[in-house]
Amino acid sequence: MSVNSQLQNQNQTVTSPVKQTPSTFVRWLRLLLKSKTGTFGFIIVLAVILVAIFASSLAPYDPNMINPAAMLKPPFWLEGGSMEHILGTDNLGRDILSRIIYGSQVSLAVGLSAVALAGIIGVFVGLVAGYYGGFIDNLLMRLVDSFLAIPTILFALVILSIFGPSVTTLIVVLGITNWVQYARLVRGEVLSIKEREFVKAAKSIGVRDNKIILKHLLPNVVSPFIVISTLSVATTIILEASLSFLGLGIQPPTISWGGILSDGRDYIATSWWLATFPGLAITITVLAIIFLGDWLRDVLDPRS
Amino acid sequence: MGKFLIRRLLQIIPVLFIISFVVFCLVFVAGDPVALMLPEDASPEDIEQLRESLGLNEPFHVQYFTYMLGLVQLDFGDSFRYNQSALPIVLERLPATLELAAASMIVAIIIAIPLGIWSATKKNSPLDFLATGGAVLWKAMPNFWLGIMLILLFSVTLGWFPVSGRGSFSHLILPAITLGTGIAAEMTRLIRSSMLEILNQDYIRTAKSKGIRNFYVVNKHAFRNALIPVVTITALQTSTLVGGTLVTETVFSWPGLGQLLIQAVNTRDMAIVQASVFIIAFVVILMNLIADILYKILDPRIKY
Repeated sequence: MSVNSQLQNQNQTVTSPVKQTPSTFVRWLRLLLKSKTGTFGFIIVLAVILVAIFASSLAPYDPNMINPAAMLKPPFWLEGGSMEHILGTDNLGRDILSRIIYGSQVSLAVGLSAVALAGIIGVFVGLVAGYYGGFIDNLLMRLVDSFLAIPTILFALVILSIFGPSVTTLIVVLGITNWVQYARLVRGEVLSIKEREFVKAAKSIGVRDNKIILKHLLPNVVSPFIVISTLSVATTIILEASLSFLGLGIQPPTISWGGILSDGRDYIATSWWLATFPGLAITITVLAIIFLGDWLRDVLDPRS
Repeated sequence: MGKFLIRRLLQIIPVLFIISFVVFCLVFVAGDPVALMLPEDASPEDIEQLRESLGLNEPFHVQYFTYMLGLVQLDFGDSFRYNQSALPIVLERLPATLELAAASMIVAIIIAIPLGIWSATKKNSPLDFLATGGAVLWKAMPNFWLGIMLILLFSVTLGWFPVSGRGSFSHLILPAITLGTGIAAEMTRLIRSSMLEILNQDYIRTAKSKGIRNFYVVNKHAFRNALIPVVTITALQTSTLVGGTLVTETVFSWPGLGQLLIQAVNTRDMAIVQASVFIIAFVVILMNLIADILYKILDPRIKY
């Protein structure tokens, strides 16, 4: 936010230095409310974050509590369902709603950490490749090509097959499979920025390379970075769910949306709600993140 | 063209080389698979003997040399689960995966091309809104969940298509729709934006002002030019497509490479994993090459 407000302030000094403007928060709120999809995305994302944080107080049941008396209960609006289990129960009598609420924790935690890791690697590689060019650039870009030739999920499967599934492995796997897009983006930006006057000026007065990279190049790639990161959280959540669905991601008793879906798949013929609701949770969350990302792009990147 | 082809083919080698090196390193770091290959009550002498016979006691560079020697002869070692060479097992599964991938691509093209053109020519119409909205929704939906929902609706409830397996044409429909619509979402968006850009070009205005019927202007003049970026992106989508088959195959118990690979990952059958990764990467690279060639044919302005 601080960088964004800096950017905003810069814009202001250029366009309207005299006019009194409202605070950053109000300005961003206005920009947000202008976009229907952006507002929708923001509200849902905020809601999912709050649900994840307050899962233990929001969930009506212990998500792993087995209840033989209430196995495969349908959601409340169907015959046989009741308000006790709003979204029904699974084959072990566990409450689906509680499981979905707890599942949000893993999805968000894995999604955010993996994207952060990917961002750090990708930005570093992109900055180095773009700034130094030559042999290093060539080598790093061939590495990027190689990564692009392997489908992300395939690479993830290979690493998981070697190190075995765990939350840490999963974050690392998703992180190192996703850095490529940041590297390409940052490299492209750096290639054009480093030709600009202020970088050349800094170079000519003898500013050291690492300072130029950190002080002059890095701040200029922040906006596209935020946009890509947001959209990347969406794809990472789907990928995590896919891996958990394949049984290679989050392992029980830790609850993930993909895992609930995988459990429910075997009961699709009789109890459709087991597989349907976790999928809906993923779809709505991812949709909201995409909307938020698109809105951020419109606001941060006037070019597109 | 001949020169270009040779150069482009030669570029494949370093990429495959890097991929094989990365996979080898990962397997090396993972330690030895001996523990999984022998029964649990095997004596330490037996383990040592097996390690010796597999060459696992050799230093890194010797093992790598042996591995590369095998690789250039397309020998990935023996699968300990099937007790035979890994490559034939993998190749045996390849046709099923290619069949699914091709069918999905056909589904994607049938949906995306008319929809993309239509929504571009009728920008901001209800249809355009529906097409772009649908594209975002499909992007947010996890593919495996869509597959399960299709099974629920068309197989379980309506009984139109078989639930899983491969064989008749009707077995192919649901998996192809699952995967194809996912690809179509991205393609529609691209064709639309590519068409929008081209419909604003001078030569389109000229064609229209000459009195050529709108149908011909859109489908001959504009669409042919819009195809160029679409071909590139479609080729890039093969990576997504192949990755998608891995998950879709599991949902529909489709006996392809994906199923084999996920089994191999679960049992740590590294020979199969390595062979699959190599073959999949090769297919993806080959598709990108074909796209490059098509690119050249479609747009004579491009010089390499």
